[in-house]
Amino acid sequence: MLENMPFWPARASAAAGNVDALYIFLVVVSALMVTLIFTMVIVFAIRFRRRAGRCAEQVEGSAALEITWSVIPFCVFMVFFVWGASVYFREHTPPRDAAEVYTVAKQWMWKFEHQEGQRELNELHVPVGRDMKMIMISQDVIHSFYVPAFRIKQDVLPGRYTTIWFRATKAGTYHLFCAEYCGTLHSGMIGWVVVMEPRDYQAWLSGGGNQPLAVTGQKLFSELGCSTCHRFDTQGRGPNLTGVYGKPVLLEDGRTVMADENYIRESILSPNAKIVNGFKPIMPTFQGLVSDEQLSALVAYVKSLGQSQSEQTGARGMATATPQTK
Amino acid sequence: MATAAVGELGERENYLNREYGIKSWLLTVDHKRIALLYLAGITFFFFIGGFFALLIRLELMTPAGDLVQADTYNKLFTMHGQVMIFFFLIPAVPAVLGNFLIPMMIGAKDLAFPHINLLSWYLYILGGTLMLYTILAGGVDTGWTFYTPLSTEFLKTQVITAALAVFVAGFSSILTGLNFIVTIHRMRCPGMTWDRLPLFVWAHYATSLIQVLGTPVLAIAIVLVALERLLHLGVFNPAMGGDPLLFQHLFWFYSHPAVYIMILPGMGIISEIVCCFSRKRIFGYTAMALAVLGIAVVGFLVWAHHMFVAGISIYAALVFSILSYFVAVPSAIKVFNWTATLYKGSITYQTPMLYAFGFIGLFTIGGLTGLFLACLGIDVHVTDTYFVVAHFHYIMVGGMVMAYLGGMHFWWPKISGRMYPEGWGRLAALIVFLGFNLTFFPQFILGYMGMPRRYWDYSKAPEFQILNVLSTAGATILAVGYLLPMTYFLWSMRYGEPAPDNPWNAAGLEWMTSSPPPTYNFDEEPVVTWEAYNYDEIKEEVPVAQ
Repeated sequence: MLENMPFWPARASAAAGNVDALYIFLVVVSALMVTLIFTMVIVFAIRFRRRAGRCAEQVEGSAALEITWSVIPFCVFMVFFVWGASVYFREHTPPRDAAEVYTVAKQWMWKFEHQEGQRELNELHVPVGRDMKMIMISQDVIHSFYVPAFRIKQDVLPGRYTTIWFRATKAGTYHLFCAEYCGTLHSGMIGWVVVMEPRDYQAWLSGGGNQPLAVTGQKLFSELGCSTCHRFDTQGRGPNLTGVYGKPVLLEDGRTVMADENYIRESILSPNAKIVNGFKPIMPTFQGLVSDEQLSALVAYVKSLGQSQSEQTGARGMATATPQTK
Repeated sequence: MATAAVGELGERENYLNREYGIKSWLLTVDHKRIALLYLAGITFFFFIGGFFALLIRLELMTPAGDLVQADTYNKLFTMHGQVMIFFFLIPAVPAVLGNFLIPMMIGAKDLAFPHINLLSWYLYILGGTLMLYTILAGGVDTGWTFYTPLSTEFLKTQVITAALAVFVAGFSSILTGLNFIVTIHRMRCPGMTWDRLPLFVWAHYATSLIQVLGTPVLAIAIVLVALERLLHLGVFNPAMGGDPLLFQHLFWFYSHPAVYIMILPGMGIISEIVCCFSRKRIFGYTAMALAVLGIAVVGFLVWAHHMFVAGISIYAALVFSILSYFVAVPSAIKVFNWTATLYKGSITYQTPMLYAFGFIGLFTIGGLTGLFLACLGIDVHVTDTYFVVAHFHYIMVGGMVMAYLGGMHFWWPKISGRMYPEGWGRLAALIVFLGFNLTFFPQFILGYMGMPRRYWDYSKAPEFQILNVLSTAGATILAVGYLLPMTYFLWSMRYGEPAPDNPWNAAGLEWMTSSPPPTYNFDEEPVVTWEAYNYDEIKEEVPVAQ
């Protein structure tokens, strides 16, 4: 019904319907509230306007009324809160098998690199029905990845990854905006998200002849000499990275951290920030030696370790990307 | 009868005619004269900020960036924000009406520290001069929020002087707050107990607490921005191990409570006006006083709701979302109590009351849309879009500026000793209300459609144009609505009817002295034996406008 409504954004993701439902609920409740208050003000203003022979009648305040109009709004607010929080939680909990797109934002463009190796600028191609996780970092100032048709937005920070996920539901071309003011051409830092039917997407993917991101990462891993210490047995001077991603890591100082994308990135750039229990702080920093794109590849490679071969090469996910269009 | 005009105006000595000459103004320690000095300052900056706003609206009338350059546009919205917030909205009601009225409302001769009051005006002027220098020296384009690392590492504009301007003006705000707190504690006349204080005074008390406790944090954040730019300390720069989100936390720790600095005094004004023009005691005095204090305290605990998509943890987001709903409850209480005050009143529709009606309506819409932004699921979509722009303008302009104008009309007879022209006043109130809604309501829809804020050019999204044209049309109407009062206030200073001491038959000590008041406010110290808003004891009605 809302699809063709004027002044309503396109709705093209699984989350968009949830956000719209919540929004409409709040609009209806607010409209009731506004009607109630405006009616009271207008009725009182007219009915109790000054007339000859009539004086104002003083009415004492009432604790019962004060409590009533505190508690009822509060309960309504709590409904808003719980519903809103549940939508937010789903938006921020990417499914584990989501396909990943490494994103680098800079003044004033978006660079995307698919796990299959495709690279794009200011355009993001995604298939209908597949969970996509954006792993994003900025090379300069704060930007914000905003796709109104998906109802999602996430700031992109320099220095660490932020993530957001979505599942597109409808083929089409949708706005991509930068939503955080980022300097002169902030309003020019825009592009398109092209949602394609899985078949078309498959054709688009096979067009470039790129190698998967994790494979690029694997090459870098040996070129940079990482593999001399991070061996795939217990004899290395650095920890064996097989299966490390997504698991808790015990550190030298007794803390435990979750090995997520930011941890892997930090361990490459500032190796001494968190030392794994049982190892020495001997790793040199790679700050300034690897670009953000190369870091993406390295992170993608480390994440792929310990997963099955088919997943590593980027073929994963496609099997599950069967059309879910309705 | 108070309706009888004071014929011998000009013969009776008052704070305006006691001394003449530029020196008697620039070296005055009279809170009423200082209030007028502030009035001149904030009016000047209001029109500068308004001029920038008008240029912004003109640029957005067409999708292409065709009126000004991208950098110019970025400077326009930055300086519009900085001028309006730091040099108009924050000082407007406290430093003008609060300064003028608080000593009179509590039966005092002046503020506790008259010289510090003058010092705070000079600090304001020094800050304002730095801001003007910033504008004339090429401007600044950080956004009013100064977000790092854009402001610290990337921009080549006058960031440091702008930061310094805000820093200095901040001290003016701190000193005013401090002065009010001490005055309200120490200077109340005999019988003026805490539970007899007008709600205007309560609102300023709560505001002052925020000014004193919050502003130093802004000062710290802004100094760090300047130092980071000059010395590259690495506090906020991630390339040096800093954290850009730390700046956002520090900034919003002040700047969210600052929203309440801007709105609470307005709420105080509305309480005075609603009671007077409905001839009623305020409904729920205690609840109203507790509500402003509640807003001031809980308002300090909600700052990160500006950062739901900024990269904070989802658990932090949950906490700040629920706290934001807590702070909405006292605001709801206030709206319900004003409405209940009207019940069984004897209501007249003079200009101040029209502004009060406008305030209640627009603040209700502004407040309710705040609930959308506190709602995590919706905020992700609408934050940093025109939805937010519309929301905060409903509070700041729809709420605060309406209240400010209502208050100016209400107390203008007391301030100037002259009546403003009632017919023009009502017309202007209507124009402001209509122009405001036409300007800002379309922006809610634009925001949900997804138009990001701070966009100079939207030619790839021409579907946004219709609503932008409506908004620009509204802004021109609004401009007329603001120019009118300024014109007839100036006119009335010379040609207005001489004002009686109490033209509205209003309750409150400020109406029990002459218009304009003598330098020390009262000929003899008042003794209070009644509650605030004792309209049950005042039998006279508001005189019908001519």
